[in-house]
Amino acid sequence: MKYFPLIWATLWRKKTRTLFTLLSIVIAFLLFGMLETVDYAFSHPSAGATGADKLITTNKYSITLPLPFADLQEIRSVPGVTDATWLTWLGAYYQESKNFVFALPIDTESYFNVHKDEFIVGDEQMKNYRSTRSGALVNVALMKKFGWKVGEKLPVHSTIWTQKNGSLDWTFDIVGTFDVKDSTQANAQAYTVLFHYDLFDEGRSFGKGTVGWIEERIDNPANAAAIAGKIDALFANSSNETKTQPANDFAMTFIKQIGDIGFVLRAILGAVFFTLLFLTGNTMMQSVRERIPELAVLKTLGFTDGKVLALVIAESLLLCLFAAVIGLGLSYATLPIIGQALQGVQLDPVALIPGLGAAVLLALIVGFPPALRAMRLNIVDALSGLH
Amino acid sequence: MLKQLIAVISMSLQTVPQRLGASSVIVIGIAGVVAVLVSVLAMGAGFQHTLADSGRDDRVIILRGGSDAELNSNLTRTDIDTIGNAPGLAKDADGKALLSSELVTVVNVPKLDTGTDANVTMRGVGLKLAEVRPELKIVSGKMFRPAVRELIAGVGAAKLFRGLTVGSVLRLRNADWTVTGIFSSNGDVHESELMADVDTVGSSIERPGYSSAVGLLTSAAAFTAFKDSLTSDPQLKVDVQREREYYAKQSAGLTKTINVVGTTVAVIMAIGAMFGALNTMYSAVAARSLEIATLRAIGFGAFPVLFGVMIESLLLSLLGGVIGASLAWMFFNGHTVSTLGAAFAQVVFQLIVTDTLIITGIIWACIIGLLGGFFPALRAARLPVAEALRAG
Amino acid sequence: MGPSGSGKTTLLNLIGGLDTPTSGEITVAGQRLDKLSSGGLSRWRANHIGFVFQFYNLMPMLTAQRNVELPLLLTNLSSEKRKANAVAALTLVGIADRAKHKPSELSGGQAQRVAIARALVADPMLLVCDEPTGDLDRKSADEVLHLLQILNREHGKSIIMVTHDPKAAEFASRQLHMDKGSLLEAGAALV
Repeated sequence: MKYFPLIWATLWRKKTRTLFTLLSIVIAFLLFGMLETVDYAFSHPSAGATGADKLITTNKYSITLPLPFADLQEIRSVPGVTDATWLTWLGAYYQESKNFVFALPIDTESYFNVHKDEFIVGDEQMKNYRSTRSGALVNVALMKKFGWKVGEKLPVHSTIWTQKNGSLDWTFDIVGTFDVKDSTQANAQAYTVLFHYDLFDEGRSFGKGTVGWIEERIDNPANAAAIAGKIDALFANSSNETKTQPANDFAMTFIKQIGDIGFVLRAILGAVFFTLLFLTGNTMMQSVRERIPELAVLKTLGFTDGKVLALVIAESLLLCLFAAVIGLGLSYATLPIIGQALQGVQLDPVALIPGLGAAVLLALIVGFPPALRAMRLNIVDALSGLH
Repeated sequence: MLKQLIAVISMSLQTVPQRLGASSVIVIGIAGVVAVLVSVLAMGAGFQHTLADSGRDDRVIILRGGSDAELNSNLTRTDIDTIGNAPGLAKDADGKALLSSELVTVVNVPKLDTGTDANVTMRGVGLKLAEVRPELKIVSGKMFRPAVRELIAGVGAAKLFRGLTVGSVLRLRNADWTVTGIFSSNGDVHESELMADVDTVGSSIERPGYSSAVGLLTSAAAFTAFKDSLTSDPQLKVDVQREREYYAKQSAGLTKTINVVGTTVAVIMAIGAMFGALNTMYSAVAARSLEIATLRAIGFGAFPVLFGVMIESLLLSLLGGVIGASLAWMFFNGHTVSTLGAAFAQVVFQLIVTDTLIITGIIWACIIGLLGGFFPALRAARLPVAEALRAG
Repeated sequence: MGPSGSGKTTLLNLIGGLDTPTSGEITVAGQRLDKLSSGGLSRWRANHIGFVFQFYNLMPMLTAQRNVELPLLLTNLSSEKRKANAVAALTLVGIADRAKHKPSELSGGQAQRVAIARALVADPMLLVCDEPTGDLDRKSADEVLHLLQILNREHGKSIIMVTHDPKAAEFASRQLHMDKGSLLEAGAALV
């Protein structure tokens, strides 16, 4: 508003001091944005818009333990389950162990049934896939990352499954690529290579007749918990008890086991906020102290006590919000890098919004004491303190 | 030169009380950076100690060839016999090889704090446990008996999970197991595990065979001969590693992540703290420009002034560093944390604020202080004397 | 006029509504100042008084024009009107050509002119000046005094000034003397 030129000019009275304070706040909010985004992602894992109608069944004791293939028949007979598919963890990488690849052996029919409308594959390529036993469909992002081409052979190294000849290497023929419809799932599927379960099951030297986990599609998301309970009841008291959960919850329980990441992140943020409070508070206090005579002059011009208080608070808000927006903006730019490092965790920029609230809080805490000082100054004393 | 330097420094220090607010900005800003840095790195150090420092150089672990972890590995009885005959293994009084055939699996136990289930590693061990793992000591209760569903729990696991007390009964996979004792093992990864007789575990989970074999060598040097004899055997497909290397590999990923994240966060905070330091020192110099100009007019050289300012910044930063490291030590040293280990089971470890970490934190503090003080110091040294005297 | 410590500045501050009496009444232009609240005094000052200080008291980070606009921020005038009025005030004091300069770029005399323009811009009924020529050289001081005289005689502005400058006394239409907190010409009312 009309006071903006006055407030802005006041902020930049001591250019270097304001600049350094500004930069400190920018840095703090850069950190805030990055940490908040990670914290949010870990506490709100999303299985995408289609997650609500899917369940995941794993061995009750550990996702690393197998389930018998025979379970599928029984699961399919549970009312509410429209289809079920089976998968196993290959634990593969491409050339070096840091190049993780989610090579997923699938049963074509049931997999694309359970994951209806999630994948975009060209008709010609899909036909080739069905007719090629060693065929593989690769995520477009992964193709780009390694520069693979359709028609090439793709060798991956499994850390778990040996073939009958003792080798841990599995080779596929890239017959096509796929893309995901739901952009929130883009990250989760970015490393996926789909290939035929038959190739896997016949090739592996042990574990035949077992699967890693089972995914089900249900008719009504509202019944998810009930259907999950029915599935687990089928195998209770057997030697392979199961745990069935909605796809969303599955991600959550897994992440919860990583430990209280939230606590660590919030502790760090707390330390950052506290030190920033101190730093900025000191600067504001110093700045107002120096300007007492000028603030007295404003009062002589007719500015009321309340207006002077408001001016100082406005100055604090301007500084903090301006810096926070820059800092949060920078952290937004770092999201792709963090997303890469976390391999598949979806980062949502909505997590940055509390940052603005924090900036306002900071501005108010830091601005109030000097603002009160300014409001209460005695004109005559302040003016005579000048010289 | 030295006399001048001392004079400048004592003048600076005398004025610090007047500038308490601004000076404490450096102290608190840097204390924050160092506290965060040391705390996070202490997590990495603790994890590293629990995992990578597990194991002895003269103990070996044998897995099926190509498996990178016990959980994925599979050895038969015949394999174990062949391994037991290889040269280099220490032998007990009866001439039997000190080899423990082990079977690793995962069970669910509710956590003490949340009550929700979490994964625990259950390790079936052979009869030679005591000789192969001499550092394992029962701290309360007694050892389990073979062929019965009895187990002992590590002190780490006992701190994390419900029902791990001597005499209590756990329901694991539809069978009841009695906890007969609690053990400690030098703070290594096994303290997060449950141990029981290997054959009992095997029949309980209906799994034939073993996942690994752990043996004690006659000496660390016997490793090569031992390994060669096994890897050259065409009937056997195994990977032989020193136990220490095996665990180092298991922890490498997480330790690296913790250290990278911690260092990145600390670097960012340090940059912020540096700006704070710059602010403080610039205003310190500005406030004292009259005194500095007077000293220069008297005949003090530029260098003592420059050093004086930098040393003031350094001393304040040092104080901040010491405070930060102390806070980290006070709050987090020995603090128990647990996270997901390699077998997707919980691993308990303690944060360790090592001496190295404290020194690292203090070095960071000094660097920030020096950087923050340099440009203001330069300005102080280059102050136009006459102008400053006139303005004062 | 009067010796140091005679209470001239205190009296001036009371008249201008910068200070409140510990006891007694004070009436300026029919308004009982001692009865006004702090907020009321602020409003009264904004509407009726313009101050000129010995050390100009301009905001160092604002241009001359923006300094002069400051009192207008308290009004409801539009941005264009504020600008126009400020320029008019600067022109009146003969310093419109330095409108975009900061106080550090102005000489003492020029700065004081800007201060006078600021004091005038809201069209106050009374200009209160505390040693306006105290920090100026003789030439600038005379220019400022001439300006004040023009404002008084041609533009009808009432001016009340505290000064040590004997030359200033010659420009005034009335002189009053104080000593030890009392007016020496007893019985004379201030208008």
